[in-house]
Amino acid sequence: MVELTLPKNSQPKPGKVWPKPEGAKNTREFKIYRWSPDDAENPRIDTFHIDTDDCGPMVLDGLLWIKNKIDATLTLRRSCREGICGSCAMNIDGTNTLACTKGLDEIDGAVKVYPLPHLPVVKDLVPDLTNFYAQHRSIEPWLKTVSPTPAKEWKQSREDRAKLDGLYECILCACCSTSCPSYWWNGDRYLGPAVLLQAYRWLIDSRDESTGERLDDLEDPFRLYRCHTIMNCAQTCPKGLNPAKAIAEIKKMMVERRV
Amino acid sequence: MVMTSSVNIGGRAYSIVDHAYDVVVVGAGGAGLRATLGMAEQGFRTACISKVFPTRSHTVAAQGGIAASLTNMTPDSWQWHMYDTVKGSDWLGDVDAMQYLTMEAPKAVYELEHYGVPFSRTEDGRIYQRPFGGHMQNYGEGPPVQRTCAAADRTGHAILHTLYGQSLKNNAEFFIEYFALDLLMEEDGRCTGVVAWNLDDGTIHRFSAKMVVLATGGYGRAYFSATSAHTCTGDGGGMVARAGLPLQDMEFVQFHPTGIYGAGCLITEGARGEGGYLVNSEGERFMERYAPSAKDLASRDVVSRCMTMEIREGRGVGKAKDHIFLHLDHLDPAVLDERLPGISESAKIFAGVDVTREPIPVLPTVHYNMGGIPTNYWGEVLNPTSEDPDRVAPGLMAVGEAGCASVHGANRLGSNSLIDLVVFGRAAAIRAGEVIDRASKIPQVNEASFEKIMTRFDRLRHANGSQPTADLREKMQRAMQEDAAVFRTQESLESGCKRMSAIWAELPDVKVTDRSMIWNSDLVETLELENLMANAITTVVSAEARKESRGAHAREDYKDGPMGGRDDENWRKHTLSWVDDKGKVTLDYRPVHTELIAEGIDLAKIAPKARVY
Repeated sequence: MVELTLPKNSQPKPGKVWPKPEGAKNTREFKIYRWSPDDAENPRIDTFHIDTDDCGPMVLDGLLWIKNKIDATLTLRRSCREGICGSCAMNIDGTNTLACTKGLDEIDGAVKVYPLPHLPVVKDLVPDLTNFYAQHRSIEPWLKTVSPTPAKEWKQSREDRAKLDGLYECILCACCSTSCPSYWWNGDRYLGPAVLLQAYRWLIDSRDESTGERLDDLEDPFRLYRCHTIMNCAQTCPKGLNPAKAIAEIKKMMVERRV
Repeated sequence: MVMTSSVNIGGRAYSIVDHAYDVVVVGAGGAGLRATLGMAEQGFRTACISKVFPTRSHTVAAQGGIAASLTNMTPDSWQWHMYDTVKGSDWLGDVDAMQYLTMEAPKAVYELEHYGVPFSRTEDGRIYQRPFGGHMQNYGEGPPVQRTCAAADRTGHAILHTLYGQSLKNNAEFFIEYFALDLLMEEDGRCTGVVAWNLDDGTIHRFSAKMVVLATGGYGRAYFSATSAHTCTGDGGGMVARAGLPLQDMEFVQFHPTGIYGAGCLITEGARGEGGYLVNSEGERFMERYAPSAKDLASRDVVSRCMTMEIREGRGVGKAKDHIFLHLDHLDPAVLDERLPGISESAKIFAGVDVTREPIPVLPTVHYNMGGIPTNYWGEVLNPTSEDPDRVAPGLMAVGEAGCASVHGANRLGSNSLIDLVVFGRAAAIRAGEVIDRASKIPQVNEASFEKIMTRFDRLRHANGSQPTADLREKMQRAMQEDAAVFRTQESLESGCKRMSAIWAELPDVKVTDRSMIWNSDLVETLELENLMANAITTVVSAEARKESRGAHAREDYKDGPMGGRDDENWRKHTLSWVDDKGKVTLDYRPVHTELIAEGIDLAKIAPKARVY
């Protein structure tokens, strides 16, 4: 069960204010959540300034500028820097999104950066996603068939293939699940929007022959039915997907198979 | 079987966890996952270790598609595909490997489809295929062939996520966010495992195995501007170099014609496959002039050179006249929406361009390493001698971009890398089934080898010089970008060799700030920098030595004659490069394989000739 106030040792304290870069004409302020597993200190919010004339346009560019030029201990995940790998998901300016596709010009005032909310923190901006990945595994995200496999491809009409659009593009960044209040409360038992979107991706694939079993597996007061259509998931998805709609479709499939 | 202990290195205690597996795969991109699930399917106890969660691997960024002669859209055959691959490689690829690739390709794509890859579809429900650069009908005569199987422009993403699901289905054991430090080697050159660092809790893991498979990807980040992810740091090449084994054909670095100007993000060649074209500042479709037959769908090395020449001759676009425009605005918005949605989004985010109205500013950008760890076409790593140029290094395999089989030779064709991953990932698993003795014991850890690995790790963790990792890395990236670029000269390459040697000499002065064992990304980047340096220095030294132009290695001092500067008599051979701990590079050469592995194509069809598109 979620705690309404943060435990005392989790409450962020004001952190270090790092000197502004020397000689910079245009700067931008960053306020960044820091926490180290190596000491017993509380988390802190450090203040940095970047030289915007020497830095790329995205929040990730700013974070890496800080890591390269000011504080090499700043810790974050990043890889593709073009919004397809899902590594640099974090809470920026109050919203879960990808640092690599979030423009500095989209943010007013100081750039506030925190790890994805309601997950254990490993260090600084790196959260522990173990439970999220285990839940993804639990929906068995692979094609299941019983018919004899054809020598060539399974045929799929363009209409049936179009049903996968808006689903298969998910990058498992966890922005949606960690923005969902229902997931904050029941993340141990509720699968959350990202994983349910994946579940629907296999339910609706015309090639898959395990629809009944997949639905049986989701027929549970917690795994599926903790979605209360709050819609934060759709609001926050950096790829413009709509997990809430996918969840609604699953609920519809549940109803339809009963009648 | 897991054993824990502790070891003292440099007066500091490290927690050790020992594992024993039949096979350990390093890397969880397309090749690593395909190898992992193939090994697991055969009943081998298999571990897959990766520095990133599998779906974050750089395969995820592949856009355009995967080549296979399915004939869903146009006539095609593996023979035509093979011809195009041989020609694309500028006759440096190994014929046996290229034949194996193209013959196995259709089967591999159907397998992916059966795994669940959401390929785009034709009207009759088959896999959609698009035209791609350098892929033609009728042994290069044309017209363009539709051979590249696509899931919109997110094919790599679709394949990687699907392979990850299949690996889960096969109960592969993953060790995620473990950074591989080095190979455990016996004195006789046998590889017996790998040592990795668990970033999450700071423990050191010794994986003993009968076979180690390196699937660590390329080293694009040796350059300042690359389409490659931050994590493409040539870790496998670094480990192999430190184990005293050679790298191969490192001078061949592919520049993709269409990286977004400034950001460097990839715009797929599929954009031109679907009808897009390049223009210069005069509004001219200049590729028609350079490649009258293939035009904008000529091979990548060719298009990148033509763009660079246009810019040099003052016909670049933009304020500084330093880039080129890619037009898609004449295409039906419905086609853009269905087939190129991902790059439409990227162009909006990274160039502020609405592709239905404006052209995308693009520039040739480092994209792919044809060179890598030399292997045969079963993925076994080679440790060649002049007597036996195909001598196998026991216990070690390499697949994907990390390896060099060599199917791409001096220049890779677009959509041949995704097929490389799955065909050779699978081939490695098949070969492992033949060469691993199931009854034998899993080897013991060689303690001397382990101590050497940990001494290096401890030294870097406590490195207290004057130059931050980021500064040294930028010096290296700038030197490579300036001196080993699209066009090269003796002068630029000599300068590159000198600069890289000087940077190597500065490595002992590196400064690491973070001392933690948990998620110490400062130390990770320093370990990656050493890996990048091994790849980068062998690249410039191999390039300086190769006195000809071939594929992606274009030298302005060798461009005349009927072959455009290519010298088959003296240089149709693979470069081998060893680098020692002082940064001294030693070169040697081995012959190109020219024998077929099966009938079905006349060798005369693929005999060397001038490469014209």
